[in-house]
Amino acid sequence: MSEQATQIFRDAEPDLAYRAKWYTSRMLIYGALVFWSLVCLFPIYWTVTTSFKIAPDVMQGHLIPWVDFVPQWRGWRSLGLSPETIFETSTVREEFLKRFSNSAVTMVSASMLAVIVGSLAAYGLSRFSYRFGFMKNSDISFFFLSQLILPPVVLALPFLVLYKELDLLDSRIGIILLYTLMVLPIVIWIMRDQFSAIPVELEEAALVDGLSIWGAFFQIVLPIALPGMVAAFILSAVLCWNEYFFAALLTSTDAKTLPVMVASQTGSQGINWWSMAALSAAAIAPLLIIGIVLERYIIKGMATGAVK
Amino acid sequence: MSPSRILAGRALVWFAALVLFLMLIVQALHEFERISFGFETWRPVLYAYVFWAIAIGVAQVLVRGEQGKRTLFVLPAVLFVVSMVVFPVLFGLYISFTDWNLSSLTGRKFNGLDNFRQMLSDPFYWNALKNMVYYVLAISVEYAIAFGLALLLNAQIRARKFFRVVFLLPLMLSPVAVSWMVGKSMMEIRFGPLANLARFLGWESPSFFGTPEIARLAIMLMDAWTFIPFMMIMILAGLQALPKEILEAAKVDGAKPWQSFWQVTFPLMLPVSITAIVIRIIFKLKLADVIINVTSGGPGGATDSVTSFIFREYRDRSNVGYGTLLAMVYLVLIIIFITTLMSVVKRWMRRPY
Repeated sequence: MSEQATQIFRDAEPDLAYRAKWYTSRMLIYGALVFWSLVCLFPIYWTVTTSFKIAPDVMQGHLIPWVDFVPQWRGWRSLGLSPETIFETSTVREEFLKRFSNSAVTMVSASMLAVIVGSLAAYGLSRFSYRFGFMKNSDISFFFLSQLILPPVVLALPFLVLYKELDLLDSRIGIILLYTLMVLPIVIWIMRDQFSAIPVELEEAALVDGLSIWGAFFQIVLPIALPGMVAAFILSAVLCWNEYFFAALLTSTDAKTLPVMVASQTGSQGINWWSMAALSAAAIAPLLIIGIVLERYIIKGMATGAVK
Repeated sequence: MSPSRILAGRALVWFAALVLFLMLIVQALHEFERISFGFETWRPVLYAYVFWAIAIGVAQVLVRGEQGKRTLFVLPAVLFVVSMVVFPVLFGLYISFTDWNLSSLTGRKFNGLDNFRQMLSDPFYWNALKNMVYYVLAISVEYAIAFGLALLLNAQIRARKFFRVVFLLPLMLSPVAVSWMVGKSMMEIRFGPLANLARFLGWESPSFFGTPEIARLAIMLMDAWTFIPFMMIMILAGLQALPKEILEAAKVDGAKPWQSFWQVTFPLMLPVSITAIVIRIIFKLKLADVIINVTSGGPGGATDSVTSFIFREYRDRSNVGYGTLLAMVYLVLIIIFITTLMSVVKRWMRRPY
């Protein structure tokens, strides 16, 4: 007690050394954090600012708006999205909005479909025991998860031919089906984890109270598992929005998605810096918003399997 | 279960199967121009298939009652995956043994192992496979960075949430957008900011896609930039689930931070690390978007991944038969690689400490 009372001043030799060390380690940690934040944010910052530049600003490598250069609506005007062109008709904007809605529709439908089908399967696999021929539960689970290994290039060419025969080439439905297939293993992986964390006693009580299996699933289990389903949905949505490979091969005019449009702009007529920057910024904006607002769901989804 | 109900269930399945079968026959005959009656496309056959699939589901409940209702949970997913994967893969297997160029007028014809022989003497395919080895090896560096970032985020810091969101953002961006933002504009040789930075650091002519080694490195950098957050989040989740007592015990025993990391944290994190790395490898093996959009494989195939190579094989030469064979061989290699990896990991993890 007396020992502590006497030590009011913490400026003895060992204390000072300790504090210096503490400050250096703080400095290092925050320095690293700030450095990596710059690495993460700079490309986004560069894209957004470039969309407000005109040619000389780009050439001279100007970086800071209002200090280095005067922001102009040049890039957004070429997309038809600047304040003075937004109410006029613009073919570029119509093209952009069409691609945007294609992307949005495929993203939402594919993720919905995958979450519905995947959750049902995951619930079944975590609760009942099946036998399909030689396949038991663990085999069925493995069958689903092993789809993750399948590289898209294996499916791409057969699907190209099949879709042509089925008249699904360049249609939203065809792309939605493929994207559902692509994210289904991930959804099943996340949801199996979610359902096995819910105690079985809940449903047993519901069954005793006279609910059917499906009734118990919808009324008891589903509300509890909803956050997990949202996580799976968001993660699938991100993957679907960013998908390029299948869309590039299987769509041409009607169902072309936003990434394909962005990619096709880079090649033609040299690079039109400001309009490309505006297009890229518009293409990444929805996901940036999702990433910032729904970050905890994304992390929840990805952390599945890391914690057992 | 009344016998009439079971009978109705069986009848439904057989009826749907009959419809599907008849439509298949009619359409096939129409396709080979034996009969004039038929449909424009194969789409109606697809509808018949969907009808058959639904009939199977209904029949499950009719025939097997309660057990059937349970089967109904997995049945949609199983049918969906089987019809979307197994059938196309079998079809692809057939295509891969044909000489089929979509732009030629002759159509497809069976050519046995010719595609395979062509593959054996195709230096670009082997080159692409070799590149995949490099790309996969780059994961070790990504892993080290991701682990470092996860440790940073797990330290006692302010504004943890802010940094977590910022670090996650690159993962949200589509590879296509990244390939323009970073690859085509920031690495632009004349006035891209990264080129300027490189010039400032003393690199005379910072052409990121001029020489094979540097081009490959640039692709790796872009891919790493997008996917490091993914491993970081998994490792962070693992770190946060570590029991605090063990680390405190190590501290009490006088372990320095460095020691307690290598002797306590790192071994405890091994299972999570391995999960993260395996998933990352699986994603890495699909790498294509950035390469297609930035270098299209150049210079001289130095940055080609297998996927981007096959993509161009189809896009530029419409060579469906050969491209599919390459993809099938790649699939076999991947399956062999992943199974070996898994069994090695399993054996290694069982080793007692």
